[in-house]
Amino acid sequence: MNDMTFKTVFTPPQPKILATNPAKIIAEGVDVYYGEKHAIKNLSLTIPDKAVSAFIGPSGCGKSTFLRSINRMNDTIPGCRVTGVINVDGQAIYDPSIDVVDLRARIGMVFQKPNPFPKSIFENVAYGPRIHGLAKDKTALEQIVTESLKRASLWDEVKDRLHQPGTGLSGGQQQRLCIARAIAVNPEVILMDEPCSALDPIATARIEELITELKEKFCIVIVTHSMQQAARVSDLTAFFHLGILVEAGDTDEVFTSPQEKRTHDYITGRFG
Amino acid sequence: MPDIVLTAQQQRTRKRNLTEKRFRRLCFAAIAVTAVFLAFLVMNLGIKAVPAFTSSAMPLTINVEPDKVDSTAIASGDFPGMVKDAIAKLMPKVESRADRKKLYQLLSGSVADEVQHRVMADPSLVGKDVTLQATLSADADMFLKGQQTSTTKFAGTAPLSLAADGEAFKISAQGHGFKAGEIVLTPTGALRVTETSAEGAKAEALVAPDETGAVAAGQWQSLQFSDGEDSRRTSDLEAVWLQRFTDQGKIQSMFDKALFTNGDSRAPEQAGLRGAFIGSLFTILVTLLTALPLGVAAALYLEEFAPKNRFTDLIEVNINNLAAVPSIIFGLLGLAMFLNFFGLPRSSSLVGGLVLALLVLPTIIIASRAALRSVPPSIKEAALGVGASHQQAVFHHVMPLAVPGILTGTILGIARALGETAPLLMIGMIAFIADVPGRITDAATVLPVQVYLWSTLPEAAFRSRTSAAIIILMIVLLCFNALAIFLRNKFERRW
Ligand SMILES: Nc1ncnc2c1ncn2[C@@H]1O[C@H](COP(=O)(O)OP(=O)(O)OP(=O)(O)O)[C@@H](O)[C@H]1O
Ligand SMILES: [Mg+2]
Repeated sequence: MNDMTFKTVFTPPQPKILATNPAKIIAEGVDVYYGEKHAIKNLSLTIPDKAVSAFIGPSGCGKSTFLRSINRMNDTIPGCRVTGVINVDGQAIYDPSIDVVDLRARIGMVFQKPNPFPKSIFENVAYGPRIHGLAKDKTALEQIVTESLKRASLWDEVKDRLHQPGTGLSGGQQQRLCIARAIAVNPEVILMDEPCSALDPIATARIEELITELKEKFCIVIVTHSMQQAARVSDLTAFFHLGILVEAGDTDEVFTSPQEKRTHDYITGRFG
Repeated sequence: MPDIVLTAQQQRTRKRNLTEKRFRRLCFAAIAVTAVFLAFLVMNLGIKAVPAFTSSAMPLTINVEPDKVDSTAIASGDFPGMVKDAIAKLMPKVESRADRKKLYQLLSGSVADEVQHRVMADPSLVGKDVTLQATLSADADMFLKGQQTSTTKFAGTAPLSLAADGEAFKISAQGHGFKAGEIVLTPTGALRVTETSAEGAKAEALVAPDETGAVAAGQWQSLQFSDGEDSRRTSDLEAVWLQRFTDQGKIQSMFDKALFTNGDSRAPEQAGLRGAFIGSLFTILVTLLTALPLGVAAALYLEEFAPKNRFTDLIEVNINNLAAVPSIIFGLLGLAMFLNFFGLPRSSSLVGGLVLALLVLPTIIIASRAALRSVPPSIKEAALGVGASHQQAVFHHVMPLAVPGILTGTILGIARALGETAPLLMIGMIAFIADVPGRITDAATVLPVQVYLWSTLPEAAFRSRTSAAIIILMIVLLCFNALAIFLRNKFERRW
């Protein structure tokens, strides 16, 4: 592979956000393969804590693939192989000593399509804390559920029907339920793969508001196809193209003065 | 009709509509044909089975004579003798041993057994009278139901003149032409017409009448049978006795409990389905308890945990193949494995259940895998996303969603096992077994085998029993399918 070319072409200036926020996730020389397909090529990226990082790029460029390798969700895909190093809090997550289940409890995920469990709203949120033994008794569990739903700004809408099926909510509510479910296990990182792609503008606005609130406590990584969304919510933007991280930097920098022509073309709608 | 020029578009639409209509009609015709076949089957069985659900009986008072039974050894008492005496008392003029025996044989052998039973339970009955509803034998029952021959009755509307003519009798009645073979019953006797002539008929005595002369209108009757005496199992004399009992209002038709409470028997009126039913129950229980856990575990492993390689592919192909193997092969396998190798008891529900478990295992595995596969992967991902282990995700989220499908597949598999005969023949479940099995290691038979066994028996009375058994088997299968639907809906509603 022509590893060297990427390295020399891509010499990122240190984003300003990393000066104020400590690094949470550091990826170095990551390659992801689906069998023969080389989906991520020699990717290096530092993601700040207590901030929102957005991945943008045309469809099929490997945003989801990289996102899923941060909580090792790719392990479930047969034939998928990850090489290189991803550190979370200085810990190499692909180290054999790492328990992948513990890792996923620390790094929550919200999927593109709302996927609540076909159980009650309460059970949806309570499931994670229960399997991790986060609540000592029933009241503690109820408190976690209430807390999470409030933080996901869903509480007011569902407090009277906690025991009705979560699948009976609207799409936007379901997505917020999934966010509540993710934050209920008190993760350090929340990965969101196009969380608003199935939602209308009002629900999208609520989720964006929510993301902005959540970044006070969590490190958030979001994949989005909406340039505006990335500009609105994120602090750091990473632009992917054909499996290559083309450019990453402070969001305002990337959107106002991109270093790379491909980034410029993409954000101005010239291709993608 | 106005002259419309159809555009190409309209023509295409019309053609499409016509084709679709034709197709719908074809589908409807297919349903109709199926429905006709089904209706025919059910009606045919129903009509044949109806007689099996009722049996004829008559009240009988039996004197438990102390000289026929020793109260210290009741089991060895001569209960048939007592019953013989009791019924002979009802029918005077039956003297010869042969006739007494024939008369006794109108009753089911179970009557003597029941008397014995009662006396055993209460020895103080020795020397007293026992009254019970005596079930008639299958032949008598069938004759009364008109299944042996059709009987035409003539109630004597004109006076009958009766004159002795040596050994024989001469009879005539105004307005009634006697036919050869016709049976004439007078208040005290019974005659069979042997010859007919213009002025009257010659008849022989079946039961000698006490007096000759005129018999008033309404005091006599005659019976004509569509089949000759040689071609039916109830003789003319027996028919006369049965007619007498009927005229006395003794014969009653009752719901045939024996069909449900007895085990198998050589005597049709005593043969019941209880043994086969319990046998089926035990067998199916064994099948369920072995096939369900094995099948679900295998499906779970193959679908969720097994590495995808050549070996698992091979297993998969084999399982799919096994589902299509003729069931008799599983019987042979069971014979070789469970009986010859493991030495498990022959003819037992245990072995039958294990063989059927082998038979339905592929079905259950395939159904369970399909059910597991149909659970959306997003559910599993969600569980993994909150930090559930793979196994937790499978057991907490995938399995519950797959349960309705697994259950449906299992119950349909079990229903198939319930109706299976061939493999059970190979492991000896075809033997005649009169006892109701009490344990899974007891020799037993199952409902479909019972149907097969009864259908091969020569006695005509078993024909209606066979139909009744088929109907009961179908009801059991229907219940299973209803259960499958119920369970599926119940579990699906939760989501
Ligand atoms: N399970 C898989 N097996 C094989 N190839 C895959 C698999 N998942 C993704 N890919 C390939 O990897 C590449 C990156 O896919 P990925 O899903 O990461 O794209 P993406 O940037 O998230 O696209 P989108 O914006 O459309 O979601 C694509 O070329 C895709 O075809
Ligand atoms: Mg994607």
